[in-house]
Amino acid sequence: MSRIVAADENLALVRAQLALIPAASVLFGSLLNLVPLVTQAPILPPMALMIFLGWRFLRPEIWPIWAGLPFGLFDDLLSGNLIGSGMLLWTVILIALDLAENRAMWRDYWIDWVVATAALIFYIIAAMALNSFAYGGWGLLPLLPQIVATILLFPIVLRLCARLDRRRLTL
Amino acid sequence: MAASGSKRPGFSRRARFGLFVGYVVAITGALIGLGLVLIAIFDPQGFASIRGATADVTAPVSASGRSAVQSGGRIDNYVANWWNAGQQNAELRAELRVARRRLIQARATELENSRLRALVGLLEGQSEPIATARLVNSSLTSARRTATLFAGRDRGVLPGQPVRAADGLVGRIIDSGNSASRVLLLTDRSNIVPVKLARDGTPAFTSGRGDGRVEVHSLEAGRRPFREGDILITSGTGGIYPPNIPVAVILDVFGDSALAAPFANPGSLDFAIVQPVYEPPENESTTNPDGAANPRESGSDSPETP
Repeated sequence: MSRIVAADENLALVRAQLALIPAASVLFGSLLNLVPLVTQAPILPPMALMIFLGWRFLRPEIWPIWAGLPFGLFDDLLSGNLIGSGMLLWTVILIALDLAENRAMWRDYWIDWVVATAALIFYIIAAMALNSFAYGGWGLLPLLPQIVATILLFPIVLRLCARLDRRRLTL
Repeated sequence: MAASGSKRPGFSRRARFGLFVGYVVAITGALIGLGLVLIAIFDPQGFASIRGATADVTAPVSASGRSAVQSGGRIDNYVANWWNAGQQNAELRAELRVARRRLIQARATELENSRLRALVGLLEGQSEPIATARLVNSSLTSARRTATLFAGRDRGVLPGQPVRAADGLVGRIIDSGNSASRVLLLTDRSNIVPVKLARDGTPAFTSGRGDGRVEVHSLEAGRRPFREGDILITSGTGGIYPPNIPVAVILDVFGDSALAAPFANPGSLDFAIVQPVYEPPENESTTNPDGAANPRESGSDSPETP
């Protein structure tokens, strides 16, 4: 490691900044909703939740069990889903993963991928269902492209989280 | 790899208690979230102010990159145009010849129209637009199709007002903040628009499909009024949307319903126009139920091709 930081307090500051990387990356995922595109169908996968789950699978202890509340609320405000639906669904997913993990005998890359995929599909469909309870307009078909994109993109997001994690732990 | 339970607290009483409190907070928060969702279900306008404020904050961010994206999105059009130039030229010439003939007809009709209107003494409420603004972003992940319009209450934009473009209807305002507002697009599955066929005035309504197309349903049971290529315009029935805004063109007919493509593509709009809420005149609103239920004279005469 060539980087040598002279002062201790300086090092502490950098460490504090690096510790914010996971949270900042999830918020960034929500901010992707502000990309100035007007689309006719939901095409962007739920990036914030994907990054959130990416960190969750990489470092199972990284999020406190209530972490879905603030991140979910922030995502609701930007994604246009019902306010509160993200708080509810993200926490349900986190608790379900916790229970499943305490019960599971085995865990590898593919099991993680299947579990994450199931969680993301659950989120997409449940968010649509809650929307349709409030405003009407139930329909699974328009969600298919988004679901496919989500399934294919999750491994890439996971890799991205791993790279950020390496950056986070270099100091 | 064998699974390791994520958060085994061990025998530390403090760690166990911390874990327990975490669960309590999480479940309480999730229930609060559920409560917020229920409030939204029973009172869909409940959080309009929060949504409006969010739009205020986010619209400037998206607006800064909008023009770049817009010009980028047209590159494929330019390339295609270059490629098809010769064929397009011939087609356009033929089209122009037809259009010129139609234009003369239209002028004559317009003249006659104004004469008749003067005869009846009907005062058409040509409404002035309230605001003209850009659509800066849209709900990219949500199943709801909404877009953010960079004009808010400071320019008189209020929920319920119809939004159109030069090409056709875009949707209507659902939440308005101070300087930005959200538009429910025509293609949202919960957006229902009363329309009529431009050909013979058969009443129908469109509902979005959530994928960029709209479904058209006839209000007259047992008839098959739609043909491929038919043009739908708003009927003004029930208010909100003023009459005679182009809405969509029919692509495919399935019995008494059809699939149609909207004229206005919000993705490539330069500007959207907000209009005042349309209020149908008294006599029209009283006769509307009959007009919607019975086939009109002109509609029933026209040859049917089932």
